[in-house]
Parts: sequence; C-alpha cells; structure tokens
Amino acid sequence: MKYVLLFGDTKERARQWEAMPEAQREAAYAPINQWFEKYGKNVTGGHELQPERTATTVKFTNGKPVVTDGPFIEGKETIGGYAEVTVADLDEALEMAKAWPTGGPVEVRPIIDRGEPQR
Amino acid sequence: MTAALVRILGDFDLAEELVQEALLEAIQHWPKEGIPEKPGAWLLTTARRKAVDQLRRQARFRNKLAQLEGELMRDDTAEGDDRLRLIFTCCHPALSREAQVALTLRAVAGLTTIEIARAFITSEATIAQRIVRAKRKIVDANIPYRVPAERDMAERLNEVLAVLYLMFNEGYLATAGEQASRRDVAEDAAWLAGLMVRLMPDEPEALGLLALMRLHLARARARFDDAGNLILLQDQDRDRWDRERITSAIVLLQRAATMHRSGPYQLQAAIAACHSEARIWAETDWRQIVALYDALLEQMPSPVVELNRAIARRYRDGAGAALADVERLTEALDTYYLFHATRAELLRDLGRELEARAALRRALELTANPAERALLQKRLS
Repeated sequence: MKYVLLFGDTKERARQWEAMPEAQREAAYAPINQWFEKYGKNVTGGHELQPERTATTVKFTNGKPVVTDGPFIEGKETIGGYAEVTVADLDEALEMAKAWPTGGPVEVRPIIDRGEPQR
Repeated sequence: MTAALVRILGDFDLAEELVQEALLEAIQHWPKEGIPEKPGAWLLTTARRKAVDQLRRQARFRNKLAQLEGELMRDDTAEGDDRLRLIFTCCHPALSREAQVALTLRAVAGLTTIEIARAFITSEATIAQRIVRAKRKIVDANIPYRVPAERDMAERLNEVLAVLYLMFNEGYLATAGEQASRRDVAEDAAWLAGLMVRLMPDEPEALGLLALMRLHLARARARFDDAGNLILLQDQDRDRWDRERITSAIVLLQRAATMHRSGPYQLQAAIAACHSEARIWAETDWRQIVALYDALLEQMPSPVVELNRAIARRYRDGAGAALADVERLTEALDTYYLFHATRAELLRDLGRELEARAALRRALELTANPAERALLQKRLS
C-alpha cells in the first residue's frame, strides 16, 4: 500500500532554515539523511520543495485561470516536501512519520490506487 | 448445543432462540467466507456470544455472565484474539476520539446506534455517520486489524484505556438525574474494561481502570436523592454503597499492585478506594489521599489533578493552605466550573462571603449539567 507523507513546518521555521549558513544547514540535514537511510527501501518517490516564496498559484475565478504569487495553503504552516512510501499498512507509515526528525508535523495520506502498472 | 446453553442460561426458550440466531448468522456468513474449519464450534461460539450480549442487558445475571464469558475465553482463545484485534482496531489513534467511542460500543459491546445516540444525547444519524466514516477510514487508510507489536503495545493499550475511561465518564455524567430509559454506558465501559482484563491479564493499568470504574459504580446509587438531586460524597448515605463490589474492586487493585508497575489508573483507583473504605466521612484518610495525589502528579502532571489535590489538602491542612494552591491554578482552569465551585467553597470557609458568591456565579455560567447547576443554585440561595 502506498502513502504520501507530507512534511510540514511553520513558516517561521522554514524562514530560519533558509537563512542558515551553509555549514549549519548541512549539519541540520544529518538526521534527515539518516531517516532516508533507515527507511530508504520503503521510499518510492518524493522531493524536498523550494521555499514557499518561490510558489505560484493558479486560481480559477468563474472558470477563468488567474495566476497569483504565493501558496494556496493559508495560515502558519507550509509544506516543505513529500515522500511517497510503500509499506504494508497505516501502522508502518505512521512509524516512519513518528521517526521524522525535524520537529515539524507529518500528514500521512493513502494514495488512490487505480491499479496502474508499476513503473 | 442448545443443552450447553440451557445449562448456563437456565432458560430453554432463550437458548433455543440463540441457537436459531447463530444458524441465521451462519447462513449469512458461510457462503461469503467459506465454511469454518469446525462448524459446530463456530456455531456454539456465536450462540454463546449472543447469550453474553443478552445477559449483559440484564444486570441481575452478573454471575452467570462471568461464567459464560470465562468459558468463551477458556476454550476458544481464537475468539479472544479476535476480540482483542477488534478492540485495538476500534481504538486506533488514527480515528477521532468520538469515533473510537462509538465504534467500540457498536462493534465490541454490541450496542445499537440508537442506544449509543441516546446515551450521548445526540441523534441516531450523527452516530451512524460517525461509525460509517470511521469504518471507511479503516478501509481506505488500511488501518491494520491486529494486536499491536510489542514496541507499540504500551502506547496503544493506553489509547484503549483512555477511550474506555472517557466512555465511562460520559456515561457516568449523563446519568445525572432522570432518564431511567437511557442505557447506562458507564456499565458498558466497565464491562469492556473487564474484557480487557480477561484478554490481557498481566496489564496492571487495565486492572487499575477496571477497579476505578467498579469503585465509582459501587457508590453510584448514593449519588442522587429521590428527586434526582446530586449528593456530594461527604453527604452520601454510605449504607447505600455496594460493599461487596467495593471489596472485589479492591482485590483487583491489590492484584495490580503485585505486578509492581504503578500507573495513573491504579493511583486514581487507590484514591477512590481510600474514600470507599472510610465508613464515615470523618474517617477519610486525607494524609494517604494527598500522598496518592502527589504520586499521580508525578506521573501525570495536570492542573485538574492539582485542583483535586488542593481539595484533599483542605481537609488535611485547612482551607487557607488549599486556597493558596487553588489560586495558583487560575490561569489554567479559569473556564472549568469545578475550579470556581471549589474556590467558592474555600472562600466561604474563610468567611469571604462576597467573593464566594462571585465565584459561584462564575461556576454556574460554566456548566450546563442540570444536577450540577441545581447544586450550585442551592449554595447561592
């Protein structure tokens, strides 16, 4: 069964993360890299995302697309990245989410499986 | 098979009816799921389970019920494992607390959606929808149907006990006055806690929770007067307490203590046991109770526990000391009616009548429970 883990963070912390000097950021990545090493065999996709300031949103007003600056999720939180994982059940996906080291929330969502051929 | 049931139920018609029902269930299940390995045993187990459900509706059969359930567990561990899997799935932390409660009452305790709706004073549609949504999440998110792995067990067992305790408290409060027609969910919660104890006999906190519930239930009859007014512990007629039930609950607690793994439910049960053992209010062992609250605070720091400790201190160290403790909780408990009700009592003890009345009025604003409101009104007048 496949799930997507959405890695969240507060906007405040995401800004701090970006402002970090290179060396410090590398050190901060160490636990995240360890997580990927530990669960690598279950991670079947995903990416870290560029910060929210790079986001562009297309909104539809009366069916007409309107391009705007910024993310569509409002509020204090933001999505920093996502991973697609292949595991037996929700408990295994939750185990991975609980081990996520950044301190930010992790949303676990099953993906809809339409029986497409595995790529 | 009917004979085996008659022996326990002592009622031939009922036994026959249950066997018929079990056969009906077989007709529904077997074509879909295949004929079980031992069809006879399957039928008997199903009929027995139905007998348990029947008996649970009639509290006076409590002894027979224990016998029947004992047999269910003893000669069919597969049945026990199945129930345990079901409980852990219904109480999976990925479900909301209210969904856990409704689903457990429906799937494990066998209540109908109407009974659950009445117990929680809500509509049947709300409960039905809650259950449907929970079942859909179990399927869609692939919540596993199994007993958790060893490393998750402590956390998951806590979750189950928390669900049962919430269920108990809501049921216990909902009985406030009137409504004899309403099913007593507190009894169902205690039954479920008993089931957990039978299925996991080496878990002291499950024993602690069961003891705690039974100690409350043993004193339930004395909680209201004939007019449905709430009677405080200190004013209760202790002859109306069920001494037998208290003694058996304390035995459970002692059994838990031999396992040497203390926990919040055992400590709360020990506090309830202290109250239950005092033959009169004046004999209450407040020293012991304050010490138990100290231990509880260490394991489960919470402003509500601190408030309860302060109430116990009132009787050990006087109203002045208790009020000083209570005042420190103002920020955390300002919207909790018992905080203001307690403060009012202490202020009154100290002769600060005007402040006491203001605190009582604030308490009144914060509770909708009719029995609690009546009590506060009385103090105000």
